Amino acid sequence: MCGIVGLLVKNQKMRAGIGELMMPMLIGMTERGPDSAGMAVFTAPVGANELKYSLYAPSMEFNWLGLASDFDAHLGSKVKISTQGNHAILVSHLEVGTVKTWIKENYPNVHLLSVGHTIDVYKDTGLPADVAKRYDLPHVSGTHLVGHTRMATESAVTPAHAHPFTAGQDWCLVHNGSLSNAHSLRRKLEHEGIEFETDNDTEAACRFLEWRMREGDDLEAALNQGFEELDGFYTLLMGTKDQLALVRDPYGCKPAIIAEHDDYVAIASEFRSLAHLPDIKNAKVFEPSPKEMYVWKL
Amino acid sequence: METLTFDLDAKPLREVNQFLHGDASSLNGKEIVIENPNGAHSIAVGLKSDIHVTIKGHAGYYAAGMNQIAKVTIEGSAGSGVAENMMSGMVHVKGFASNAAGATANGGLLVIDGDAGLRTAIALKGADVVVGGSVGSFSAFMAQAGNFVILGDAGEGLGDSIYEAKIFVRGKVKSLGADCEEKTMSPEDRQILADLLAKSGYADVSPDSFKQYGSARTLYHFHVDNAGAY
Repeated sequence: MCGIVGLLVKNQKMRAGIGELMMPMLIGMTERGPDSAGMAVFTAPVGANELKYSLYAPSMEFNWLGLASDFDAHLGSKVKISTQGNHAILVSHLEVGTVKTWIKENYPNVHLLSVGHTIDVYKDTGLPADVAKRYDLPHVSGTHLVGHTRMATESAVTPAHAHPFTAGQDWCLVHNGSLSNAHSLRRKLEHEGIEFETDNDTEAACRFLEWRMREGDDLEAALNQGFEELDGFYTLLMGTKDQLALVRDPYGCKPAIIAEHDDYVAIASEFRSLAHLPDIKNAKVFEPSPKEMYVWKL
Repeated sequence: METLTFDLDAKPLREVNQFLHGDASSLNGKEIVIENPNGAHSIAVGLKSDIHVTIKGHAGYYAAGMNQIAKVTIEGSAGSGVAENMMSGMVHVKGFASNAAGATANGGLLVIDGDAGLRTAIALKGADVVVGGSVGSFSAFMAQAGNFVILGDAGEGLGDSIYEAKIFVRGKVKSLGADCEEKTMSPEDRQILADLLAKSGYADVSPDSFKQYGSARTLYHFHVDNAGAY
């Protein structure tokens, strides 16, 4: 199974409360995904010459301030860091390759969840309510978000296998379903020099679409290519710095339901997760068609 | 008539369903209203007495599944498998329905005012299904008996491997499945269609605006030309 949720807040006054709005959506998908949960939030951007990095450490008592002072000492550049147990967001104006290499070489146990100007990613194993509490997700603010609750079917239950998956910058993807050609897709991408972090099928879809966009496709063209190349069952929900996008496989094997309201667009696997949104009675609620592309811009 | 109201925000669905499964003698003739369904699964499944249940909002998966005798009205949309394996009675969805609406239904009438998803009326076994909007791909796959009326369009592979169910479509059919073909509508079939339209609230729609589809019966029996394959 697995549950997906997405929310794009059009009403500027409601954006500070996006975390609060999202909570019943994520909790509503607990039965569909009790193993792990995760969320990508697109927030106010960091400076034009900066990037932020969401990091995951193997321990709740991890010494993030130690990591930050090592970073400053080794690279001669002051880093900004905000922490929450085993999670931290690091902001630096150094080049992305330098930062990634430094983390990999000096803190191999620290997992890089996302890179970008606006994206923050949180994910861990456990019930959605527990994961949300761990990272204080009700209090995040931003313009749009993508969330996931996981019921693992084809790879292990670990924090790294939880969704969202990310690739490149300000790009994330969550998936309900299973891909039958993930391994061949992966071999093809590895041939292009793309590195994988897990054996998860969703990671292959995520890196494939990001690769297409890096090669010059816009989101629509990349998704069309996805319909050609991805084989299996899927509902995919994706986030970029200013868009949410949704596709279902041609056989409509995995569900999705959309609510469009003057104040927001909300997407979920089932209506249960939309039922508690404000003024939902006046939203246009509909089921997306298979093999159609749904894209919402900020 | 006595009306009873249950609020699913206040009462667990299991208790409501258990009440609805009580003795027919104590339930017959009752009007039941279910408020705040909020997409819960399995609302009003397995009913077997002469009651009318109104669900005030969107229902989740399998709503009114296995229904007998009862009438169930869903004022919002329905999730996958609404009225699946219905035996008798009536289920009316005022919004849209997701995949596999009316799957394997043996009897009774399922009316969906909006669109219905993929695999609508799959393996239909004798019920009548009327859809006011359009239906998704692979609808009426292996449908054995019953009548399936579509006022809008049908997706790909309509009636694939169909047995003796009758399909009536007013709009366009994207493609027919294997062994499904257009039929000439007999006066008897025209009457079946007219009666179903009248019963479903579409009395003003002319049966003559429909085309009929059914089995070409080429998959029914072993074909001697295939003997070499064994």
